Amino acid sequence: MTCSQVLPAALEVQGVSHAYGARMALDNVSLTVPQARFTVLLGLNGAGKTTLFSLVTRLFHTRQGSIRVLGHRVDQAPGEALRLLGVVFQARTLDLDLSVRENLLYHAALHGIGGRAARRQADAALQEVELAGRARDPARRLSGGQMRRVEIARALMHRPRLLVLDEPTVGLDVAARAAILRHVRGLVRERGVAVLWATHLLDEIEADDLIVVLHKGRVLAAGEIGHVVAESGAADIHDAFSRLTGEARVTGEAQEKT
Amino acid sequence: MSAGAEVETGFGAGQYLICLRGIVWREALRFVHQRERFVSALVRPLVWLFIFAAGFRQILGVSIIPPYETYVLYEVYVTPGLIAMIQLFNGMQSSLSMVYDREMGNMRMLLVSPFPRWFLLVGKLLASTAVSVLQVYVFLIIAWLWGVEVPPLGWLSVLPALLLCGMMLGALGMLLSSAIRQLENFAGVMNFVIFPMFFASSALYPLWLVEQSSPVVYAICRLNPFTYAIELIRFSLYAEVNPMALAVVAGAAVLFTAGAVLAYDPARGLIARRGGGGA
Repeated sequence: MTCSQVLPAALEVQGVSHAYGARMALDNVSLTVPQARFTVLLGLNGAGKTTLFSLVTRLFHTRQGSIRVLGHRVDQAPGEALRLLGVVFQARTLDLDLSVRENLLYHAALHGIGGRAARRQADAALQEVELAGRARDPARRLSGGQMRRVEIARALMHRPRLLVLDEPTVGLDVAARAAILRHVRGLVRERGVAVLWATHLLDEIEADDLIVVLHKGRVLAAGEIGHVVAESGAADIHDAFSRLTGEARVTGEAQEKT
Repeated sequence: MSAGAEVETGFGAGQYLICLRGIVWREALRFVHQRERFVSALVRPLVWLFIFAAGFRQILGVSIIPPYETYVLYEVYVTPGLIAMIQLFNGMQSSLSMVYDREMGNMRMLLVSPFPRWFLLVGKLLASTAVSVLQVYVFLIIAWLWGVEVPPLGWLSVLPALLLCGMMLGALGMLLSSAIRQLENFAGVMNFVIFPMFFASSALYPLWLVEQSSPVVYAICRLNPFTYAIELIRFSLYAEVNPMALAVVAGAAVLFTAGAVLAYDPARGLIARRGGGGA
């Protein structure tokens, strides 16, 4: 933990609240995503995950509290913060009229990367997600899982230090989910990218992940999984989540069916 | 030194240019991929030129009004209005495209770019303007083949006016797009913005004719910025400047652009206003 004491957290959210009219979506939320760690933001639908992502990515203005990406406040230095951030939204964001490669080149331009460097990085990124052969295909011809892989490749084009993914496996089959999870975990291990992975699926969590339980706009627990389980007096993370949220046990498959 | 301090701050001029080029390039690619959009943008004014103008030539008398130094055919009179019509529809098409982008999520990728938001939106405006200028020149070539002559210098002198009018109408479309919640609401824009703007202007008939018929409609035409866009284009086709039209179009372009940038400001919360998109 010495490393995280010296370096700023990849993401630091402090006392953030957000409301839609009278409805409170986030209530005094604080959480930390350390560098080079896989952190799971666990919450059921309506927990406030997407609202938090919208604040982290500056789609919404942070009215209360502060959000820092590697020390840069999103509301005060958005350019610096967003340069270090890669985003995969829950909704598909590829331009379906453009080819796969054109989507990546467009994203590169939006980060000030052009010419040969952009083309090289786009080709390398597609190689990495094993979609180099589909580079010239219109994005609309890809399957859901392939689109997600392209979105992840695109989010990494500008070499961010923090990757945030909002329920990236929703709607995918088991094999595609596993492949995406494996790929993103590899980014943490091999490249030292910090990841915030929002999900409502407990079976996407691994033993060495950090976890933040968000429920109805509040952080109920955060830390190493063992710590969260022990604090809640539960036998395992499934049980801990049920106890914390008062909801029935949620498994990936059960939740997918709902 | 903290890791945060290692990050170089700010972009250079070259990177701004790359970003701008990327936005224009994407708009051009979409335009190429949607050829029917190009054709339909031309069909509308050409129907007016070929059919409507042919009929009205015999009914409407256009007296000698600046910048014309002699009597002109109705087709000649109506051409600046049809050019402005192309730009008006293009501006609204961009508005539709932004609402679509927002619904499909593409807009988010633009808005999470680290470049300043005003720059991204102005870049999008420039891209849409560039497309409309291309459409106008193709229309002018067809109109020329139809017998509508433009002075040789006019082909060049109209360009700045097209850029300014394109920016004004594009910014208006962008401003409207921030107020449109769903794609389905776009029909309202047709009814409440495009048609009133086009018909309550000097596009189809000179304002002095309107004044004779209805002082109230005349007053509305005078308040309509689209009237000034038409007049700016009309004069610039003859390498002349209408100062009043220039001032109104420039002022409206700045006002609409500022409004659009404000409307897309995160502090106001584009998606927040729409309910959070499924938090």
